[in-house]
Amino acid sequence: MPTVSFREALNQAMDEEMARDDRVFLMGEEVAQYNGAYKVSQGLLQKWGPKRIWDTPIAEAGFAGIGVGAAMVGLRPIIEFMTWNFSLVAYDQIANNAAKMHSMSGGNFSVPVVFRGPGGAAHNLAATHSQALEAIYAHIPGLKVVMPSNPRDAKGLLKTAIRDDNPVIFIESEVMYGDRGEIPEGEYTIPLGVGEVVRQGSDVTIVSWSKVLQQVTLKAADRLAEEGINAEVIDPRTIKPMDWEMIFESVRKTNRLVVVEEGWPFAGVGAQISHEVTKNVFDYLDAPVERVTQEDVPLPYAHNLEVASLPSVEKVIRAVKTVTYRS
Amino acid sequence: MATKVAMPKLSDTMTEGVILKWRYKEGDKVKQGDTLVEIESDKADMELEAFDTGVLRKIFVPEGGKAAIGAPIAIIADANEDIQSLLKDTAPAKPPAQTPPVAARVPAPPAPAPLPTAPPAAPGDGRVKASPLAKRLAVENHIELRSVAGSGPQGRVVKRDIEQFLAAPRSPFAHAPSPIVEGSSRDVELSPIRKTIAKRMTESKQTAPHFYVTVEVDMEPAIAFREQLNKVYESKISFTDILVKACATTLMKHPLVNGSFLGDAMRQYGYAHVAVAVALDEGLVTPVLRNCEQKGIARISEELKDMVERARHRKLKPEEYQGGTFTISNLGMFGVDEFIAIINPPEGAILAVGAISEKPVVRNGQIAVGRAMRITLSCDHRIMDGAVAARFLQDLKAHLENPVSLVSIE
Repeated sequence: MPTVSFREALNQAMDEEMARDDRVFLMGEEVAQYNGAYKVSQGLLQKWGPKRIWDTPIAEAGFAGIGVGAAMVGLRPIIEFMTWNFSLVAYDQIANNAAKMHSMSGGNFSVPVVFRGPGGAAHNLAATHSQALEAIYAHIPGLKVVMPSNPRDAKGLLKTAIRDDNPVIFIESEVMYGDRGEIPEGEYTIPLGVGEVVRQGSDVTIVSWSKVLQQVTLKAADRLAEEGINAEVIDPRTIKPMDWEMIFESVRKTNRLVVVEEGWPFAGVGAQISHEVTKNVFDYLDAPVERVTQEDVPLPYAHNLEVASLPSVEKVIRAVKTVTYRS
Repeated sequence: MATKVAMPKLSDTMTEGVILKWRYKEGDKVKQGDTLVEIESDKADMELEAFDTGVLRKIFVPEGGKAAIGAPIAIIADANEDIQSLLKDTAPAKPPAQTPPVAARVPAPPAPAPLPTAPPAAPGDGRVKASPLAKRLAVENHIELRSVAGSGPQGRVVKRDIEQFLAAPRSPFAHAPSPIVEGSSRDVELSPIRKTIAKRMTESKQTAPHFYVTVEVDMEPAIAFREQLNKVYESKISFTDILVKACATTLMKHPLVNGSFLGDAMRQYGYAHVAVAVALDEGLVTPVLRNCEQKGIARISEELKDMVERARHRKLKPEEYQGGTFTISNLGMFGVDEFIAIINPPEGAILAVGAISEKPVVRNGQIAVGRAMRITLSCDHRIMDGAVAARFLQDLKAHLENPVSLVSIE
């Protein structure tokens, strides 16, 4: 199997889908001439030309709206946000037009658009440029939210997202673009709404996704294993729709759940997971569900405070020990 | 967080406990799950685990001292925590100098449980804290959550506590028989259950003046009734099941039989908790079927099967073989015609049941082959007289000979 970087995997997905379907095009800031702020669209302008790869002004509301309109009349746009922080400027287009058009037009219009770009904190980018916003998108009915954690999933899920007839929020990470991983040979897709058990375990279930899964949760699971606590780690891959049954099945086995996410605690994705698990597998729980999130503050710029605010291996270990009643 | 350690309720009849040994002294650090103290109840010596981690700041009851159930015996808190408020509202403990135990004044075995089901006693606010999983496991394994020491925060019962509880030897029946060398003799130490039987039966026979009344019951109707029932119910109904229901129904009309002698008073029960004697290799146990007056025969049958099964696997909990108001002992399956039983204190009566056997009977002036059973009631003369017992048996016989009267048709 070939080994590629996360950005190459995304690039392949877009390239293959553009070859497969001439309605697919890419639009965003610096995606064409500069080959992408993070080089995800490297070479695409050269290959597909300026009618399929569009540079835009710094006007997110405008080009997000163009994406929605283009999707309504039959194209399949990929709208890149340089980071998801800037999508807040376009939130009205996404939450009101993209998400609701199909419903409000009585099914007359579909909006097969993909909004993609990096989300979450990188390093020292301060409060307005470090946000994990999956919860506020998953909150809106009509949007699907996809958050791959590795190159294989990134490629397979982006291809599925492009083919989906609904608006899909596709959140990557600046610090994952260089991550390398094996991907299957040739054409493949991964369905939305299907999670993956990335580590088998018996003592606790940890649900985690995207960057924190790789950089925090799996490392914590290794440390816990040294202490004899075997964590089962689930990567849902898609936040909405969520693979509930996979989580329920795991909790029925381990009787304990910790959710690790980079977003804030209040009304976070973990809050919803906690509710669903409490409601559906209550009688299997041996401890209240624990969550590890970013602290409930704007992310500080200062490095020490930034580290203190984000989820960490230590915080995950502490949460797991709480639910397993070990001290 | 500062917490009081309370005297736990370790048996059905326990009202107070004696501190045998503190495993820690004041000022020692204790960890949740450590054995904190050894306590003697009226039944056994038990170890009490610490529910919280901290420092043993105060011991209220010294070794040899007594405390009532629920009374504080110690405080566990952080090293520097202010425990003044806890100290203030704690009454001084009884000194080790012991008042004569209740049992010595009342010439009866341990006092029976109060009329309503005994109130639960648990540390803290009295509510048993348990994880949802632990609750489910407790139900599935027929465990009373109160009897499980919780190791989670604030004594929460969690999965591992249930697992440990199930893994621990559940009853004191542990003496496996081995062959005696021919021509020799040997002394075998009594198992705890044998000791209990020896003590209680001696007490019963020495303190309760027994008298016995026997009747013969025509069992043809009950046999037909059982055959009809077993066409309807998949799990077979036994004669014992029918007897339990018949006794419960009859007991409710004869409170003098359904009672206990208390010295200057007699207690009459407004419910029929019927104990059924089950022979095990280690000795007799009497699982108690509660509130049989409210239960149908099928339910009684189901519960009895379950309890007998668990009794055989030593899975019965103390509260499941305590608290009966009446006992049935059936030796019919051994072909015994009739026998007399010793009252199971603090109950007032016990019914000894013989085999159903073919007998010549007179029907419509003709001698025919009938099937009959002899039952003998042993009674505590202190609370009832012969006529009371006879009327009880008359009623019981009437129910058994007209068993449809045991079926609720409302």
